[in-house]
Amino acid sequence: MSEEKKGFFARLKAGLTKTRENIVRGIDSVFSGFSTIDEDFYEELEEILIMGDIGINATTEIIERLKEQVKEQHLKETSECRQLLIDGIREQMKVDETAYDFEKEQSVIMVIGVNGVGKTTSVGKLAGKLKGEGRKVLIAAADTFRAAAGDQLAEWARRADVPMIGGAEGADPASVVYDAVSAAKARGVDVLLIDTAGRLHNKKNLMEELRKMNRIIDREFPDAHRENLIVLDGTTGQNALVQAREFGEVADLTGIVLTKMDGTAKGGIAVAIQSELKIPVKYIGVGETIEDLQKFNSDEFVNALFDVRPETENESREI
Amino acid sequence: MAFESLTDKLQNVFKNLRSKGRLTEEDVKAALKEVKMALLEADVNFKVVKQFVKAVEERAIGQDVMNGLNPGQMVIKIVNEELIALMGSETTEIAMQPGKAITVIMMVGLQGAGKTTATAKIAGKLKTRGKKSLLVACDIYRPAAIEQLQINGQKQEVDVFSMGTDHQPAEIAKEAIAYAEKNGHNVVILDTAGRLHVDEDMMAELQEIQSTVTVHQTLLVVDAMTGQDAVNVAKEFDEKVGIDGVILTKLDGDTRGGAALSIKAVTGKPILYVGMGEKLSDMEQFYPDRMANRILGMGDVLSLIEKAQESIDIDEDKGREMAGRMKKGKFDFEDYLESMKQMRNMGGLSSILGMLPGMGIKGADLESMIDEEQLKHMEAIVLSMTKAERRNPKLLNPQRKHRIAKGAGVDIAVVNRFIKQFEQSQKMMKQFGGGAKRGRGMFGGFPGMKGGFPF
Repeated sequence: MSEEKKGFFARLKAGLTKTRENIVRGIDSVFSGFSTIDEDFYEELEEILIMGDIGINATTEIIERLKEQVKEQHLKETSECRQLLIDGIREQMKVDETAYDFEKEQSVIMVIGVNGVGKTTSVGKLAGKLKGEGRKVLIAAADTFRAAAGDQLAEWARRADVPMIGGAEGADPASVVYDAVSAAKARGVDVLLIDTAGRLHNKKNLMEELRKMNRIIDREFPDAHRENLIVLDGTTGQNALVQAREFGEVADLTGIVLTKMDGTAKGGIAVAIQSELKIPVKYIGVGETIEDLQKFNSDEFVNALFDVRPETENESREI
Repeated sequence: MAFESLTDKLQNVFKNLRSKGRLTEEDVKAALKEVKMALLEADVNFKVVKQFVKAVEERAIGQDVMNGLNPGQMVIKIVNEELIALMGSETTEIAMQPGKAITVIMMVGLQGAGKTTATAKIAGKLKTRGKKSLLVACDIYRPAAIEQLQINGQKQEVDVFSMGTDHQPAEIAKEAIAYAEKNGHNVVILDTAGRLHVDEDMMAELQEIQSTVTVHQTLLVVDAMTGQDAVNVAKEFDEKVGIDGVILTKLDGDTRGGAALSIKAVTGKPILYVGMGEKLSDMEQFYPDRMANRILGMGDVLSLIEKAQESIDIDEDKGREMAGRMKKGKFDFEDYLESMKQMRNMGGLSSILGMLPGMGIKGADLESMIDEEQLKHMEAIVLSMTKAERRNPKLLNPQRKHRIAKGAGVDIAVVNRFIKQFEQSQKMMKQFGGGAKRGRGMFGGFPGMKGGFPF
């Protein structure tokens, strides 16, 4: 167990190296460039957070809170201010431990999101993870729209060694969901994972289709623990907020899977979403292999994010 | 509402500064603060925003405020011009090799940007221009990537070349070009795997393709929703493999697409096409000016005024006459047809609505508010009337209505509803007749439009 934990931390850190570099370099320069806490200092901070895709509203909130605290505690040093900032974001990003209860119960997890964010890959990784924990998993391929989406998922199902229920290309995804729920009940499956087609949140018909799928699960499997995970691309900017909001309108979101966190994306959008929509980030994807989907941990996330120790890899990664 | 419209914000800023003749430093700074926020909300890279705002500030201070505009609008006008200047003012095409020579295009980008879909879309586009494309499956990693390309190729009726997943992409590319030469293809499009710009090995794979075969055009596919990171991605790809152009995908979402501006500013490379939908035909030319408006998130009041001006100039007499009739409540079906025609000259109802401040924001709302399909039905109904009926709607008895319904191919109920709505709006126009603004009030309260029309 401890080895796995370490592995995760290393992976997360490796995945977040760029994140850290970008935000932290900026922050370091601010904290060292200013000797007193004044408006210019705050303005610089604000800019850095925005650069990290944290978004204007969340940034403003964070800065306002920081200002208050600095005043209350009569802080004078910029370095103290930094610790406050880190603590503030960490507190904001905390995930409730009950958030992962569904992993142990009989549950239906529907994975939704816009096109190309990594839904199918996340379903595959999640299946592998749950299977590894000894759960009986079934995958439903309800993306009947994108060419070869079913084949892609079938490959993941094979890698995770779990069965899959699919539909023909162009079939009604709601019928696939219906079949999958029936099968899950009949086979006594622990976790039913449903992969859905990517859809832009402003396409009315497609969102209605999703609403229908959601309704069918509610109706056909009322006893199951329901989990609707929205997959968001970590490189996405402010639109991710709108996505989360709109998807939440048709299916209650219980969590976020933040993918592609192994690039230079700063992942700040996670902070923005937590701040504005109170939807917790439950998993993050930091790589391409089946193990690279991990539970989100705010301590580790923020520690990795703000780790200011100068690292040698910074130089070697300078490209 | 996702974003408060920039125009609204500016109107607040300038509430108290209506009639100034010249832009003061104070005006410009206040307005640009909002512009800066809007650009950041649109995901334009922070550094790009900073430079841009500075350039605009220098240009704007001391400028005369144009007649009919308030200082805020004047700043917006300048911002808009500068944005367009930055985005490039012309549309650009993929550069093709002359004559029958094969053009090799390589598609690159991050995972999930939409490369495979864009590849098939481009092939379809080129097909309409008489090119015979060969799509090449160079993504040997993602499960079912090859199948996806094959299916899309089939749908577009374009040939697909693949060697499975056991060969190196460079080798596949080489074989594909040999195959294209034999089979008379003049465009070869290499669909490569999605890769992170910081993944050295994967970037080296692209370089290997480039050193094995001659790639004429390397196109970077970018998700329009990308945030601040777009700049890093574009820069890295450009530095390592050199890009010739950019394809922006998923622009049919409601993102403001600031990534487009960032990429253009950082790489200087043109944006060629934009992906606008799920269907393989949904690939459009990129228009820098439209993008500028979108990023700024303002309904383009200015160009609306310009367009309205143009179309009224042409038909000024007609317009005036119509407005006069409308005031008297004498607006008839002939006038309806005429104003529909005018509206179409201005780029259609949705484009006009899109230009209105506060309305260009949410596409879905727009769509549900006006129904272009319904408008077409309305027009068919009017066209199925005789001249006399159009001039005098009172003539319309059940018999005539039945004939019209048949002629227009709609249900009699639709005809009845339309005529009723029309009578109501006639009444409405009469009511606010005296107060209706000449020329512009003419679009108010038309059937086919569920919402009010805030002119």
